[in-house]
Amino acid sequence: MDAIVVSRLTKHYGAALAVSDISFSVPAGSTLGLLGGNGAGKTTTIAMLLGLLLPTSGSIRILGHDMARDRFAALARMNFSSPYVALPHRLSVTENLRVYAHLYDVPNTERRIRELADELDLHELLDRPAGELSAGQKTRVALAKSLINRPDVLLLDEPTASLDPDTGDMVRGWLERYRAATGCTFLLASHNMAEVERLCSDVLMLKRGAIVDRGTPGELLDRYQRDGLEEVFLDIARDRRPEMVP
Amino acid sequence: MRPALRRVWGMVYRHLALYRRSWPRLLELAYWPTFQMLIWGFTASFFAQRLGNGGAAGVGVAAMGMLLSGVLLWEVALRTQMGLAVGFLEEIWSRNLGHVFVSPLRPWELVAALIVMSVLRMLGGVLPAVLLAWALYAFDLFAPGPVVVLFIANLMVMGWSVSLGVVSLILRHGAGAEALAWTVLFGLTPFSAVFYPVAVLPAYLRPVAWALPSSHVFEGMRAVIGPDAIGPDAIGPGAILWHELAWATGLNLAWLAAACLLFAGQFKAARTRGALLSIGE
Repeated sequence: MDAIVVSRLTKHYGAALAVSDISFSVPAGSTLGLLGGNGAGKTTTIAMLLGLLLPTSGSIRILGHDMARDRFAALARMNFSSPYVALPHRLSVTENLRVYAHLYDVPNTERRIRELADELDLHELLDRPAGELSAGQKTRVALAKSLINRPDVLLLDEPTASLDPDTGDMVRGWLERYRAATGCTFLLASHNMAEVERLCSDVLMLKRGAIVDRGTPGELLDRYQRDGLEEVFLDIARDRRPEMVP
Repeated sequence: MRPALRRVWGMVYRHLALYRRSWPRLLELAYWPTFQMLIWGFTASFFAQRLGNGGAAGVGVAAMGMLLSGVLLWEVALRTQMGLAVGFLEEIWSRNLGHVFVSPLRPWELVAALIVMSVLRMLGGVLPAVLLAWALYAFDLFAPGPVVVLFIANLMVMGWSVSLGVVSLILRHGAGAEALAWTVLFGLTPFSAVFYPVAVLPAYLRPVAWALPSSHVFEGMRAVIGPDAIGPDAIGPGAILWHELAWATGLNLAWLAAACLLFAGQFKAARTRGALLSIGE
């Protein structure tokens, strides 16, 4: 069963075309990577998947719910993490997590916060204001917020940005374990190609709002005859088609 | 607790936690209402003494009552309006709107939470001023009776309508429009008959005044306080002008409906433009 089904999705901002007629689906329990340079349409696509942005045309179904008509039923079972969207700075980490536990109607709030603190090593941060945390600590707290409701679909925008390699690896490992334990579906936008290779079962390559290639990381590496996704990314960004690659 | 109520409580808790951790915000709540009351209270006290010494017994006291009632009741509208608008701005300032609107929180639940906070902010701001007026000038805002509660309720609803209009403009024009949160209702003060009757205004401005619920509230307030010694058309002290309250309530319903439609329209427009993610920038 597909957790996310996107059909002929298009977004215009006035005359500018941000996303052009893209279609894809994400099987439940898998991880889809969205790759593309700046302005490729990743953020616009994620914003439409989250219901923050209305598409110009096309449809989105998440967990069986049509996002145009029934987005709140889907949003209750989804969540989102991005280092570029902040949490209230003056509230402590615990207070922030409580707020979102209420918004997502999470039972046993305090127990859930303790679980997340155990899993993401947040105990020392719980009483500190969110605005006083380092960038890496904020990213971990944002991840805890995104897991507060045990989501079935998790949208991750650069989930390990600003994390040191050790912490980034810990977070990636934790995401893998969470997916294995819960069957959660991930949609991941990242510029960290090693992260995409490790976490994603499928990858969409976006350029100027359109899907220019797709496949498993292995298929893309074979097609472009490259050793890493970063080289594939550069080939696509520089308009080098597979047959042109030396 | 039902999920919808819990979501509303979640947003109320978010703001209560903010106030618990920010004494300048707490101080700011009561600062202006208290200062306004002090300035106008001493001014009114001065006039009351002068008029009283002139032999017109009761005129000074009535004038003082009208001024202080005007100041305190207008603060109810101002603090309610600012309470809702600033609550929304707090989400923009903390760049939190993106998280809030990808949660199951409905836009109207956010508005409900902001309304609850506006009531709490209003009480936190105006109650100290009311108590101080009682302590300093022996002035009891509630002396005319339960009708004062109806005045207050009407002014609060007007504050919500203006605030929803301001929030709609912020959704439309971004955080650059945030100054409206502090200025719009101040701009309506001259037309709201807070300190003088609508009849004082030039004839061409009176329709503007009569279109505002606040004008009807303050006309009613003056009648209740007892303007028997003020002007030739005075009504007996303690008279409740029910038709003024009816007008205020009717106008409030109309303005609130218009503000809700405006908010709904601008929220949808913000989703079309993608403004919910970038509004703080």
